[in-house]
Amino acid sequence: MSRILIIGEHSGGHLNQSTARCVACAVAIDPSAIEIVVLGGDATTVAAEAAALIGVAGVLTVTNPANSQPLAAVLAPQIASLAAAYDYVLAPSTTFGKDLLPRVAALLGVPQLSDVMSVLGPRLFQRPIYAGNALITIEVPTGTKVVATVRSASFKPVGNGTAAPVRPAEVAVPLPTHTRFIELCSGKSDRPDLQTARLVVSGGRGVGSAENFALLYKLADRIGAAVGASRAAVDAGFVPNDMQVGQTGKIIAPELYMAFGISGAIQHLTGIKDAGTIVAINKDGEAPIFEIADLGLVGDLFLIIPEIEKRLR
Amino acid sequence: MQKIIVCLKRVVDYNVRIRVKPDNSGVITDGLKMSINPFDEIALEEALRLREKGQAEEVVAVSIGPEDAQQQLRTALAMGADRAILVQISAELEPLAAARILLKIVSREQPGLVLLGKQAIDDDCNQTGQMLAALWDRPQATFASKLELNGTVATVTREVDAGLEVIEVDLPAVVTSDLRLNEPRYVKLPDIMKAKKKTIEVLPIESLGVDVTPVLRVTRYETPAARTKGGMVNSVDELVSALRDRGLLA
Ligand SMILES: Cc1cc2nc3c(=O)[nH]c(=O)nc-3n(C[C@H](O)[C@H](O)[C@H](O)COP(=O)(O)OP(=O)(O)OC[C@H]3O[C@@H](n4cnc5c(N)ncnc54)[C@H](O)[C@@H]3O)c2cc1C
Ligand SMILES: Nc1ncnc2c1ncn2[C@@H]1O[C@H](COP(=O)(O)O)[C@@H](O)[C@H]1O
Repeated sequence: MSRILIIGEHSGGHLNQSTARCVACAVAIDPSAIEIVVLGGDATTVAAEAAALIGVAGVLTVTNPANSQPLAAVLAPQIASLAAAYDYVLAPSTTFGKDLLPRVAALLGVPQLSDVMSVLGPRLFQRPIYAGNALITIEVPTGTKVVATVRSASFKPVGNGTAAPVRPAEVAVPLPTHTRFIELCSGKSDRPDLQTARLVVSGGRGVGSAENFALLYKLADRIGAAVGASRAAVDAGFVPNDMQVGQTGKIIAPELYMAFGISGAIQHLTGIKDAGTIVAINKDGEAPIFEIADLGLVGDLFLIIPEIEKRLR
Repeated sequence: MQKIIVCLKRVVDYNVRIRVKPDNSGVITDGLKMSINPFDEIALEEALRLREKGQAEEVVAVSIGPEDAQQQLRTALAMGADRAILVQISAELEPLAAARILLKIVSREQPGLVLLGKQAIDDDCNQTGQMLAALWDRPQATFASKLELNGTVATVTREVDAGLEVIEVDLPAVVTSDLRLNEPRYVKLPDIMKAKKKTIEVLPIESLGVDVTPVLRVTRYETPAARTKGGMVNSVDELVSALRDRGLLA
């Protein structure tokens, strides 16, 4: 039996869905003893949500005002001290997990695996390199703790079942004060979350301006989609950074991805290769995005979007 | 601040499409165009701007890699780094080993700031900066899109999934760059000539006393299954009905 500890990610008082995806990865490794640790200022609601996930045997909480913001330098020593009792430490491959887990691994003195996309055996994992142009199989030797981030788009979130026990964990480590949270600026919207949405409408440089993005928002709202963007659209200031899809943005796996005015650079495609259906609308019939699109339509997005809307019920 | 260290990795240029060897034992890198990892170039640019603003006196470029990584260090010197250090090693390194080596350099140089890229575009690990910060027992500010120094603290804006997070860290600290931190300058010919006079200190890996034996074993490389190329539609009508058939539109 292997003991697996998952670092629960949460924000706004709720567990992030990437944690449920991490549990799915843990179940594939060894379903017998999976626990989630929730670190926060107040962990009650988040812990209850974590305890309800199918496959979870227990939830640990570490409550401390210092944990109310996800600062890696503060959280890492606490997780490292808990990790002693576990064979595996997993975190989602979100900006939260990517920031935190390498710091934990270094404190433990073990290497880390990034972006695990499949579990081939209890110590055998697959992950992408070179922007997903190659996949490698990695074996972690027996006796070495497995510390890994889990590529969210590769695992379906587990559902909810009966609640597992929740208990507070004792951690007695000094916490640094050298790192201080100031603020988080996020563009709140009522649209579905890009990382979990079933449908995504996305725009690139071809959209032309921030004002023109209104066309995409309108279409998205009609069909209940989230809105994404290419790096070029973010760099040009059309949309905020949290909408970037790709190698260095969000890796997503919606059932439908509609790309408008996106050429299809490899760094962008890395972010959508697990999407169900990819639709590409581009005025250039030679655009590389058509190489991977399931449904391609050559034409001007400014004419096509209103035409699509007309046909919606 | 006296000194900024910038860590630069030599990687296959981002425009090159990599191929897996037919026997699945690795990727083919022979003869490919090599460059400074794009994130590291951004990190270097940021260091140079801080120096030009008078907030740092010296920018030291460090790379761990083969002898040929001197080419990338020469580019860094031409961009404006004051001097360079190459820790010479021919084998591939795990990020933890890279961080341990960088810690040796940091202990010797005592910088006020260490800048790295957020990820190397070959291994896509996104680990080294965080690991170095842990081993050095100093703050980390990863995925930076804005960096401001005020005396003994740095205020850093970080690109996170939820938007932009602002944190404050005491110096010395480790900062890793995201793409929007800046746009690196182009190297001009006279700078290349001037850079020839600057020094690259070469340290053999053995001289550092760091165990660099990889712990993880890569057993196989493969090409990912390609998405099957779909079809083109000729009209919005066709598109919408195809999406309806797939149950994606009401
Ligand atoms: C290290 C690194 C990391 C990167 N990470 C990412 C990443 O995470 N995500 C990402 O997206 N990119 C990333 N990039 C950038 C990537 O290489 C491309 O530059 C970028 O994706 C291009 O964005 P685009 O397709 O919107 O713009 P372009 O390539 O300029 O394409 C615009 C397209 O719009 C079409 N168009 C123009 N007008 C219209 C119209 N009226 N109707 C229809 N079509 C129109 C054009 O034909 C063209 O194909 C990264 C690059 C590097 C070096
Ligand atoms: N061999 C190396 N030499 C110099 N810097 C490195 C090396 N490996 C990694 N780095 C730095 O660490 C960052 C993150 O790398 P990685 O953790 O491999 O994704 C890179 O962008 C570099 O700044």
